[in-house]
Amino acid sequence: MTIKQLSIFIENKGGTLIRVLDLLSKAGIQIIASTVADTQDYGIYRVLCNEPAKAYLILKEEGINVQLADVIALSIDDEPGRAAQAVQAFSESGVSISYMYSFLWKGRGVLVFRANPSEKAKEVIMLKKLGFMTEENFK
Amino acid sequence: MENQGIKKDYNCEYFNPEVETLSREEIEALQLERLKETVAHCMNSPFYKKRFEEIGLTVDDIKSLDDIRKIPFTTKQDLRDTYPFGIASVPLEKCTRLHSSSGTTGNPTVILHTDKDIDEWANQVARNLWMVGLRPTDVFQNSSGYGMFTGGLGFQNGAEKMGMLTVPAAAGNSLRQIKFIKDFGTTAIHAVPSYLTRLKEVMDQEGVDPRRDTKLRVFAIGAEPHSEEQRKRIEDMFGVKAYNSFGMSEMCGPGVGFECKEQNGLHFWEDYYIVEIVDPETLEPVPDGEIGELVLTSIRREAMPLLRYRTRDLTRVLGRSCPCGRNHVRIDRMKGRSDDMMVLKGVNIFPIQIEKILMQFPELANNYLITLTTDSDNDNMTVEVELEELFTDDYTRLQQLTKTIQRALKDEILLTPYVKLVPKGTLPVSDGKAVRVVDKRTVYK
Ligand SMILES: [Zn+2]
Repeated sequence: MTIKQLSIFIENKGGTLIRVLDLLSKAGIQIIASTVADTQDYGIYRVLCNEPAKAYLILKEEGINVQLADVIALSIDDEPGRAAQAVQAFSESGVSISYMYSFLWKGRGVLVFRANPSEKAKEVIMLKKLGFMTEENFK
Repeated sequence: MENQGIKKDYNCEYFNPEVETLSREEIEALQLERLKETVAHCMNSPFYKKRFEEIGLTVDDIKSLDDIRKIPFTTKQDLRDTYPFGIASVPLEKCTRLHSSSGTTGNPTVILHTDKDIDEWANQVARNLWMVGLRPTDVFQNSSGYGMFTGGLGFQNGAEKMGMLTVPAAAGNSLRQIKFIKDFGTTAIHAVPSYLTRLKEVMDQEGVDPRRDTKLRVFAIGAEPHSEEQRKRIEDMFGVKAYNSFGMSEMCGPGVGFECKEQNGLHFWEDYYIVEIVDPETLEPVPDGEIGELVLTSIRREAMPLLRYRTRDLTRVLGRSCPCGRNHVRIDRMKGRSDDMMVLKGVNIFPIQIEKILMQFPELANNYLITLTTDSDNDNMTVEVELEELFTDDYTRLQQLTKTIQRALKDEILLTPYVKLVPKGTLPVSDGKAVRVVDKRTVYK
């Protein structure tokens, strides 16, 4: 129910970001969605791609601070209010969300987030019959 | 005092039992006697003769050990100014060896030795190696640079004097080092700590497990400043005890001080040296336990004794007794150079204090950078440190780590620095050695 996301620790100056993009493109890895969140000092670059395990090894080999994180990617109708409903379902069940981003994939909205506790989040998905993406969907 | 040759009693913990186990009173009585002899002997040195005459100092002025303060300090600049032979206290024909260190500025420095000096030097090294449990049954590999660098011949002569089979492997060529270690059954190595880390990398590549495939049990490490955490890492990597060695070519070379099995400070051999710790600014003695500059007087050398030599190394006295039975002063590992000392808001801070704290966090890599800035007349310190592993992608946890580091640093240096985590490989590195401190302060340094 979860998918693998690359989380990369970067400088806010952007030097690491360019290096990461360059390494991924040279390896023929296709980025599906990505987002940068930064503070005054540093940032975390989060990437969904077609081959997360391979990308992880490539970056790791280059000495880049990278982590494979388990995230949930909900598939939702691209209509107003759908995302809010989904988020509300989690908060009502006491699931906290530490970050979230969304993008369009083949005409449907995808809402990516990290939930705590993740077991509880999975229960909510089952109970509310929410649609979710698997890694296969992005291949 | 006299060399006793190769020991027969391997069970005895001491190489020179009668000197090593002297009481404090006996040590100080011996030092006073030898200080007087040395001052008298220095009258043969053109440099010291002139200096003593200028201030009207004679041997009769030395009545107690405290009278050493009547003698002016000797500095590295004095060695350069008298290059090459101006400080010698014996005619050149009595000298049998010289070591020289190249200076980046001005003349290099030259240190002369007589036959007896070389023998006494070897005795100190032998005493150290015996102290950490090595015996003539051991095989000693000296993976240190030879030539002008005293770590080569110094350890060579000492290990031979102790009676060990000694392999002059010299520095570098890790594959050959590993072959020697395996083929000769090497049990002890002398090397700089960073080289041992490198050696382990090559062992890993070659599938050599030091615990399984070698007989290694003792390392002598020195010549390069390192923290307690680095020592522990090396010990864990190899499953080998690593003992800190202090040497300085101006005194002879390695051998001046060495850790005993307690690993709680280096015993400095007070039958050979008078040890003082002074405030680097005021040059007044500091109390035991406080950090200051190490000042050494060699009281046993013939060719070129140096009086109150300012080493520029910062350290402190840890104690004057030890469970090992030696009352020779215990000196803490070097805390850096007096030139590296930062004065921030009136507090003396050394980079190694910061390094010591950072090394306690497994989340952090080895590289860090301290930047000092002035901000509306206030001195500020920023500590940037590389992250070893991205252990979370949650900001809250990264911020928590930053705060924990900040608090630990504050406990150590009494100031709260700004702590910034940076990605691995992004801090500047020069000459393979990390740049540690950048001082951008405009007003006062
Ligand atoms: Zn001891």
